[in-house]
Amino acid sequence: MHSLEQKIRATQSRFALIPYITAGFPTRATFWQQVEELDAHGADIIEIGVPFSDPVADGPVVEDAARRALAEGMSLELLLSELGARKHSLRAGLVLMGYMNPFLQYGLERFARDAAAAGVQGCIVPDLPYEEAEEFRLALRAQGIALITLVGQNTSEERMRLYATVSEGYVYVVSVMGTTGGKGSLPAAAAETLARARKVFTVPLALGFGLEKTSQVAALPVLPDAVVFGSALLRHIDAGNSAASFMQNFVNN
Amino acid sequence: MKKGYFGDFGGCFVPELLMPPLLEVEEAMQKIMPTAQFRAELDDLLHSYAGRETPLTLCPNLSQKLGFTLRLKREDLLHTGAHKINNTLGQALLAKYMGKSALVAETGAGQHGVATAAAAARLGLQCTIFMGADDVTRQASNVCRMRLLGAKVHPVHSGTRTLKDAINEALRFWIRSQESTHYCFGTAAGPHPFPTLVREFQSVLGQETRKQMLAATGRLPDAVVAAVGGGSNAIGMFAPFIHDPEVRLVGVEAAGTGEAGCYNSAPLNLGTDGVLHGNFTKLLQTADGQIEPSHSVSAGLDYPGVGPEHAYLHATGRAEYGMANDAQALNAFQVLCHTEGILPALESSHALAYVLEHPQAFPAGGEVVVNLSGRGDKDMDIVRHALSLEDL
Repeated sequence: MHSLEQKIRATQSRFALIPYITAGFPTRATFWQQVEELDAHGADIIEIGVPFSDPVADGPVVEDAARRALAEGMSLELLLSELGARKHSLRAGLVLMGYMNPFLQYGLERFARDAAAAGVQGCIVPDLPYEEAEEFRLALRAQGIALITLVGQNTSEERMRLYATVSEGYVYVVSVMGTTGGKGSLPAAAAETLARARKVFTVPLALGFGLEKTSQVAALPVLPDAVVFGSALLRHIDAGNSAASFMQNFVNN
Repeated sequence: MKKGYFGDFGGCFVPELLMPPLLEVEEAMQKIMPTAQFRAELDDLLHSYAGRETPLTLCPNLSQKLGFTLRLKREDLLHTGAHKINNTLGQALLAKYMGKSALVAETGAGQHGVATAAAAARLGLQCTIFMGADDVTRQASNVCRMRLLGAKVHPVHSGTRTLKDAINEALRFWIRSQESTHYCFGTAAGPHPFPTLVREFQSVLGQETRKQMLAATGRLPDAVVAAVGGGSNAIGMFAPFIHDPEVRLVGVEAAGTGEAGCYNSAPLNLGTDGVLHGNFTKLLQTADGQIEPSHSVSAGLDYPGVGPEHAYLHATGRAEYGMANDAQALNAFQVLCHTEGILPALESSHALAYVLEHPQAFPAGGEVVVNLSGRGDKDMDIVRHALSLEDL
């Protein structure tokens, strides 16, 4: 069983919590403090966003965070070196989420080696569908890193079965037909997507995009194993609040 | 070759949520486009609505100066003022056959937006256009035209506030609206199958050129020359000549202001391999893979990437790609106005500029065709400002 799957399975009766934060957000100086707070306050897995200039799967909050991080000089190279320096200090599992081009420019095999050495256990690449993923997946797998599958409302059972043959760690179920950070109630189709995914995948399911509190999810007729929250956390931090207080509110919800 | 690839270039690097609609477009290309009914309906629209076929115009005055015969493929004479309408009528009709009720499109200079809005109005489809906020300001008259044609125009304020950001936003909109909406992509770039789809609809201009050359001269041209931004007018010109090795295919990228290290729009000449907007191609980017801003006096060439088939033709050497800078394009613009009485778009002026700057690159007494992809009426403000012709 992949280490990320173990992290989620270990939570048993509660949702595993997966916060997302853009590397270098809100500033390069205070980013690691946010990560440490998330780790200390119940994050089971932390997704760190690798900033990219043209994030087509993201809404305005994550895009703005990426733009600011880039303006602060954040890069994949820098992130990996800072991560490496903190390798054994985090309890949570560690996943990098980023678009294909920065990984490609770094070099896929070189990235897989350096990321594994820095303690990275998984990668989410939103612009890498099944048809394009093989080379990167194999490079990551050779280093024990899982390439996390994304599926959504319009992913047919047939396509899910394609992904199921290669999925490791967990599957990221996109709750809405849209980008990250939407607000409001979850569509009924989110539960249908979870039900379809549950039939097909053996690895745990994480639900994400537009989540603000666990109570939104608890009301669903089909439950995921983990919940991902990104834009809501970034908004909370950007308003001057702490990552710790977000985790406390989120969990208490 | 792997599906959706031209050699190493191309592919389909998009969020999983966009795979079903892209597969749907691919299926429609295979099942609908080849049918006699679709062909006939599109041919009629191209002929009786858009104004095809366009002339291949001999330029007697310039030919005499250059020492070879220069002909222009007159896409500037088409409805809405550029070759863009070839593609938008094709995609709008395809969308209708697919049962879609709306189109979404990006636009840079506004030409593709206007052509999409016109096609949508003609075929009874809703139309949403995303346009960089800076382009909305630069190209105000085209925004007005789109709105008059019934399109909703959304300025995009993120990123560099130009074409690449408009594409990001149109892709995001398409994720939400895919059930009712077809993404009418404007150039031969983007994720598979758009590079192939747009080439198929633009090839009509190259096919006509081939036929017209044979009729006028009994031979094929020594070279065909076209401006390359995303590359749709160029691939439309090149495609019907690809298997004629005696015909040189010459693409012309925008070199920007022209000094070393300046912002430009010449990824084939000055860029490196990478992924943007769904395809692996040549890009203007930093060493760690962030996309760099582009620049050209011609808004239609102002894009940091290029269609993957051009990256392939560049890599194999089948096509050659030169550059022309802002000043050279503005000069060519004026030359064509004065010598032949034709007012070209600044995009097309880049193609002409390359020929004027490098006449020795073409055979004396030979036959050269430049694709005049659009007319320059839209560029009056830019030209007046750039040439300080305040009294115009």
